[in-house]
Amino acid sequence: MNRLFLISFGIFLLAGVLSLAGNGSRAPLNRWVQALLSIAAAIIGLIPAVSVLAGGEPLDIQRAWGLPAGSFHLRMDVLSAWFAVPVLFISGLAAVYGTGYMQPQESRKGYGFNGFAYQLLVAGMLLTITAWDGVLFLIAWEIMSIAAWFLVMFEHEKAAVRQAGWIYLTATHLGTAFLFALFVILKDGSGSFDFSAVSGTAISANLVFFLALVGFGAKAGFFGLHVWLPEAHPAAPSHVSALMSGVMIKTGIYGLIRILTFFPAWPEWWGWVLVAAGIASGLGGILHATVQKDLKRLLAFSSVENIGIIAMGLGIGMICIHREYALAVPAIAGAMLHVWNHAIFKSALFMGAGSVLHATGTRSIDRLGGLGKRMPTTSLVFLVAAAAVCGLPPFNGFVGELLIYIAAFGGISMGSGSTAGPVLSGFIVAAALALVGGLAAICFTKVFGIVFLGEPRQAYPGHVHEGGWRMTGPMIILAGTCVVIGMGGFLLVDRMGALVAAVSPRGVSGVAPAALLGEFSSVLFNVAMISAVLLALGFILFSGRKKLLAGRVVAAAPTWGCGYTRPTTRMQYTGTSFVQPLVAALGFLLPGKQEGMPVAGYFPAESTVLTRTDDPFMSRVYGPLFNAVAAGFSRFRRIQHGRLHLYLLHIIITLVAIICWSFL
Amino acid sequence: MTIGNMILSPVMALLLAPLMRSVINRTKAVFAGKKGPPMLQPYYELAKLVRKGAVYSTTSGWAIRTGPVVSLGTILVALFMVPIGGMNAPVHFSGDLILFVYLLGLGRFFMILSAMDAGSSFEGMGASREAFYSALAEPSLLIGLGTLAAIARSVSLSPIYANIDWELMAGRFAPALVFIALAFLIVYLTENSRIPVDDPTTHLELTMIHEVMILDHCGVDLAMIEYAGALKLWVLGLLITGILLPVRTGAPLIDAVAGIGALFLLAVTIGVIESSMARLKLVRIPLLLMCAFVLSASGIIWIVK
Repeated sequence: MNRLFLISFGIFLLAGVLSLAGNGSRAPLNRWVQALLSIAAAIIGLIPAVSVLAGGEPLDIQRAWGLPAGSFHLRMDVLSAWFAVPVLFISGLAAVYGTGYMQPQESRKGYGFNGFAYQLLVAGMLLTITAWDGVLFLIAWEIMSIAAWFLVMFEHEKAAVRQAGWIYLTATHLGTAFLFALFVILKDGSGSFDFSAVSGTAISANLVFFLALVGFGAKAGFFGLHVWLPEAHPAAPSHVSALMSGVMIKTGIYGLIRILTFFPAWPEWWGWVLVAAGIASGLGGILHATVQKDLKRLLAFSSVENIGIIAMGLGIGMICIHREYALAVPAIAGAMLHVWNHAIFKSALFMGAGSVLHATGTRSIDRLGGLGKRMPTTSLVFLVAAAAVCGLPPFNGFVGELLIYIAAFGGISMGSGSTAGPVLSGFIVAAALALVGGLAAICFTKVFGIVFLGEPRQAYPGHVHEGGWRMTGPMIILAGTCVVIGMGGFLLVDRMGALVAAVSPRGVSGVAPAALLGEFSSVLFNVAMISAVLLALGFILFSGRKKLLAGRVVAAAPTWGCGYTRPTTRMQYTGTSFVQPLVAALGFLLPGKQEGMPVAGYFPAESTVLTRTDDPFMSRVYGPLFNAVAAGFSRFRRIQHGRLHLYLLHIIITLVAIICWSFL
Repeated sequence: MTIGNMILSPVMALLLAPLMRSVINRTKAVFAGKKGPPMLQPYYELAKLVRKGAVYSTTSGWAIRTGPVVSLGTILVALFMVPIGGMNAPVHFSGDLILFVYLLGLGRFFMILSAMDAGSSFEGMGASREAFYSALAEPSLLIGLGTLAAIARSVSLSPIYANIDWELMAGRFAPALVFIALAFLIVYLTENSRIPVDDPTTHLELTMIHEVMILDHCGVDLAMIEYAGALKLWVLGLLITGILLPVRTGAPLIDAVAGIGALFLLAVTIGVIESSMARLKLVRIPLLLMCAFVLSASGIIWIVK
């Protein structure tokens, strides 16, 4: 099994290196090399990951290491394997999708390098979640982050892309800075970078928790640290967005959990911090997602929301673990399931958005429309994934959320007999989840209704069509997986005992998750049965309806315009108008700008109006902060003037100063 | 408990749900000093619609044809999960109340898409409002059910409602129960598009929500929407009457009949509300729904006390 994992890892790297030579006339060949090698690597890698999940021995690989610090120690336990499955599954599918999506770009100079960076990103993620050593982890983390930066910068001739890349690079490195401090402190407490040697007792636990929360939270995209997501995801090619948004941000969740497992116990307030971060991310993310006009930006904010749902589940789990309540089991199982589910439906959504962009050349929701008839496959995939992201049965999003709800309601039901923790956390999480679910329904009915239904709001350039089987195939598989997990989730939950036990402090082993999970599995089984009945009923009703209409006059006519005889497609409702009631009611949370003049007077002249909603963290926190920092550092420009002789003088002064200091 | 008793409630719902609309309309007619349509009018209308052909917008596709099916399908399934008269519903398991709320959400999701399929801004407007107001109503419903779950110490609708009786109503949870019932009433009026949130008698663009969403639907599709609407009035009504009028004589048949009677009492109440007040301004509706949330959430006070 060890060998299979290394082979998979090696194939990803091989594909990357081959891609470097796959430019120009070799691009069509490179296309096939990339697709086939990625799929092969993913399948080979899935074998050990699944075997570990099924109860097999954890992988453990140690090799000689030339560096002075750390060691080359890889280990794939149940927790790593759980995160490895989406990395492998999604990266294989996204690579195939990417060969179709990037076909028009094959003549570009950076095409081969883009493939290299993609495979490097996958390899980096695999290394990150299996590294069993602090130094190795940081190296892997940097490989992953930098590879993603190269991918984001693919269309670097565009100023917006460069800006996005810059924001991403800054955010990821600020996060990494916290991680450097984190691992140094961990080593300080245990004397070794090796994860097996780290013991949480000797170190300042609260400081480590804080550093992990910020450092990994910046990657995961907790609200407040999320500013890079809505910039980087739209700028990257869509298969890369799918991988980054669906999978890469989960490495932040992985890292946070991994660090937490080092401790012998978790204080209750850590759980509360995660609940708070989860609710802020859930509500903040979906609120901003709903008002976006850019399709991929909207999806990026929706990722913030889903990270919030995961954090809520983990938070309740931590609060309950602190008290050794069994409710931790559904909470953590739900959060972990949502890690998979979000990876699946979000990549499907980004691929769908990529197909829309590929076909129409725009990501602007308000310019699109009527794509359902022109791109039936993409539209069906997007519908399934949209229903899943709203947490609706019988799709996979519901399964994870249901388990978190069960934990939350269970917490409320503990009532007055217990401490306030589970009751109150359950209460606010249930309320927040309900509101997030409702807002997600606004957000995704808006996207689907505006983009795929109705008529095009603007003429499309050329003939709009699907992007070929290499693009539709992976999307169909992902949408199918949404249904499979939605219906078959009970089989999965039954087998999550070891995972839930792995996500708990080193000191706690009181609750036996495996026995408890059977109960929740039977709940999910009931849900699946009812969903099956619903599907059958829907089929009966639909065919009944068809039979009734069979012998009758079924006519087609234009949409009724209330007597108005010259409607244009521009008069349709837009995404912006669809969310106007929300903006009107909650505008104070969504600072926006309106430029230009709306139509006024009886005989209005031509006028334009532009409305936009800012990200308050970008416009009010990070923007001013970084401007202030830049202003502060600009003083150093005085010594950076480009005159060589003065630079030499600086060096001499420094040397003399050091010599003097050494004599003191 | 016999299967007959358990099936009784869904069967009665399928037969009698449209009658709730008649009761509302008759109450309103009495208040207005009119004679009102015959009690069987909703049935006549359903029969008429089912016999008709159809006209579809050239813009529309599969969404307008599946929306009504999903809407009716989900409410039919939900019907089997709601208990009446303290009896267990035919389908009950731990966690069913979450599935219940999300099934209604699934139906709504597809109805919104169905409305947007024709590409008309009228329907877009209705869909937008429906999505927003139901998003605000959902937390009230779930938190209210959560509090009831805490009282019954069970996360399933059947034991939760079986647990509510006159004794509980007179006990220390009484304020919580009343608050939750009031919150559910506001949710009920919202979800069923009644005054003061929506006006079911008009589809003028300034007031319209539900009625304008279904503007381009006709024939069998419209019949399914109307029937689903009637069933929704019944199903969600049970959540309120189950709290406020928990008749428990011990004889299942009497309890069930009393439960159905309570529903028609609720219909009269809706009629009275619709006759005695006007529709709220649209910008006020979020405030009303916030009130519902506060009412619903305040139930938690009696849980942690």
